[in-house]
Amino acid sequence: MAKKRWAFEVVPFCLAAIMILGGCSRQSQQANSLQIKGSDTMVNLGQAWAEAFMKKAPNVSVAVTGGGSGTGIASLLSRTCDIAELSRELKPEELAMAKKKGLDPQQITVALDGLAVVVHPANPLSQLTMEQLAAIFSGRVTNWKEIGGADLPIVVLSREVNSGTHVYFKEHVLRGEDKNSQAEFAANALMLPSSQAIADEVDQNPGAVGYYGMGYISPSEKALAIARDAASPYVQPTIENVVSQAYPISRPLLMVTRGQPEGLVADFLDFVLSPEGQKIVVKIDFVPVKKI
Amino acid sequence: MTPNRLRKLKEWLIEKAILLSGVFSVIFVLLIFLFLLREGFSLFRGESVGDFLFGKSWYPISDPPRFGILPLIMGSLLVTLGAAAISVPIGIAAALYIAEIAPGRLKEGLKAGIELLAAIPSVVIGFIGMITLGPWIKNLFNIPTGLTALTGSVTLAFMAMPTIVSIAEDAITAVPRQYREAAIAMGATKWQTTWRIVARAARPGMVAAVMLGIGRVIGETMAVMMVTGNAAMIPSSILQPVRTLTATIAAEMGESVQGGAHYAALFAIGIVLFVITFLINGVADLYLHRSRR
Repeated sequence: MAKKRWAFEVVPFCLAAIMILGGCSRQSQQANSLQIKGSDTMVNLGQAWAEAFMKKAPNVSVAVTGGGSGTGIASLLSRTCDIAELSRELKPEELAMAKKKGLDPQQITVALDGLAVVVHPANPLSQLTMEQLAAIFSGRVTNWKEIGGADLPIVVLSREVNSGTHVYFKEHVLRGEDKNSQAEFAANALMLPSSQAIADEVDQNPGAVGYYGMGYISPSEKALAIARDAASPYVQPTIENVVSQAYPISRPLLMVTRGQPEGLVADFLDFVLSPEGQKIVVKIDFVPVKKI
Repeated sequence: MTPNRLRKLKEWLIEKAILLSGVFSVIFVLLIFLFLLREGFSLFRGESVGDFLFGKSWYPISDPPRFGILPLIMGSLLVTLGAAAISVPIGIAAALYIAEIAPGRLKEGLKAGIELLAAIPSVVIGFIGMITLGPWIKNLFNIPTGLTALTGSVTLAFMAMPTIVSIAEDAITAVPRQYREAAIAMGATKWQTTWRIVARAARPGMVAAVMLGIGRVIGETMAVMMVTGNAAMIPSSILQPVRTLTATIAAEMGESVQGGAHYAALFAIGIVLFVITFLINGVADLYLHRSRR
C-alpha cells in the first residue's frame, strides 16, 4: 500500500520534469512555419505580406514580430527566427559575428522608406533644409524663432538607439554622409520607444519636432517639405518623390536571411518581390523597389 | 524493505528536496550576480571604472563610443527620490488610517482597493501617465514637454504605494494591544496614542516598508521608459527629462552586438543596479529584524 502511494507522488514529478525539458529542446523551426523578426518600421508591412502569403499557401504559418533591427539580427544569428527585417544595413560587427558562426547572411532590399520630419499642425513652418534639420536635431538651434518660426523652445524627439531609424537619421541627416563627422543627437533630445510615441507627443506639443517612416503620417501631425540645400527645391515626402529620389531622406528596407534563401524562405521572398507583393508595399504606404 | 524503513527513506527524501529548494534560490542569486560580473567586467579592459561611473556623456553607439553613466545614475536617483517624497507620506498616513482608525467594512474595502492597485500592470500605468499626466504637467508648469522626471516620480509613486501601505499596515497591526490600552489608561487621546505610541513602536517596520517601496521604484522599467523622455543628460531640475538606468538597459539591449563593448556596458549598468537594490534590501532587512526583537 505504502509503495503504491510513493509511486503516486513521484510519477507526476517525473512527468512534469520531462515535459519541461522536452519543451526546452523544441526548435523554433518547423517545416511549415516561418518566423520573421526585426524592425518596428517594417512590422505592419511584414504582417501584410504574411497574411497575403498565408492566403495563397493555407498550410503555412508566418509569424511577424518587431523589437528593432538589432533584435532581429540577433535572433537571426541565434536561430530563433528565419528572416530578419532591417531598416538599416548590417553593421561590420554583425557581419563578423555571422561569419564566426559560419553563416553568410544575404541582404535583400524589399522596399524603400521615406522618413518624414513632423511638427505640430499649429507650427507656422512648413519647410526646412537638411542643414537646418541637422542644426535642430544636434541641438545647435534651440528655439523656433532662430529659423523663422514662433518664439517657442524646440523639443527634439528621437527614436531609441535600438531603432534602425535612429541610426539612419544620425548618419544621413546629422552627419550628412560625412564619415568623419562626430555629430550626435542633442543630449536633451527625448528618446521615445516607438514611432507611435513620437506621433502622440507631436500631436499635443506645439514645440515638438520628430521623425518617423512616411507610413505613419496622419492629419494630426504636419510633415515638412525638405530641401537638400538652400538652393534646391523643397520636396514633400510622397511616394513619387521617394521613387524619383527627389526627397532627400529615404532608405532601403531589407530582409536578411542566414544564407542563400531556400525552401519556404525563398518562396516567401519571391512573393515579396513579385508585383503582387510590391502592390502591398504601396498599400501600407511604403515605396516599392520596382516600378509596378 | 519494511514499511518503517520505507517511510524513513521517504521522509529523508522530502527533507532533502525542501532543503534543495531553499538552497537553490540562494544559488540562483549568486549565479545571476556572477553572470553579471562576467559579462560586465569585460568593459573595464578598455574603460576605467571612474570614466564609467562619473563620465558625463552616454553615446553608446557612436564611434568611439562614450559610456559615462553619471546622467543615468542621476536620472534614476531623481525619479526615485521624487517618487519617495510623494508615496512615503501618503502611504504611511494611509496605513495608519487603515490599521487604527477605519471601521471594519471600510477597512476591508480600502485594503482590497490598495491591493488592486498593485495588480495593475506597469505598462498600463505608464500609458496613463504618458497620455494624461504628461500633458497636464506640461500645461501646469508651462514647460516645453510633459515627459519629465516629475511625471516619472508621480507614476512610480502609484506603484510604490501598495508595497508601502500593506507592509506598514502589517507592522502597525503587529503592535501589541497592551500598548494602546496602557496609553489610553494614561489619559492619552486617540491621536496621541496613534502617533506617539503605535507609530513609534511600528517604526522599524515602517522603515522596512519604505525601503521595499523604494526598491520597487528603482527597479521599475516599463512605466519609467514611457514617461520620462529618456534624454541622457544630467538634470538640473525635476521638470527636465531624464534617462534611468533601467530604461537604458531595456531600450538598448536589443540593439547591442552580443559580446561587444556596448553589451558589456549594459551588463555593467546591471551590476550597478544590483548593488543599489542589494543595499536597499539590506537596510530593509536590518530594520525588519530589529522590529521582531
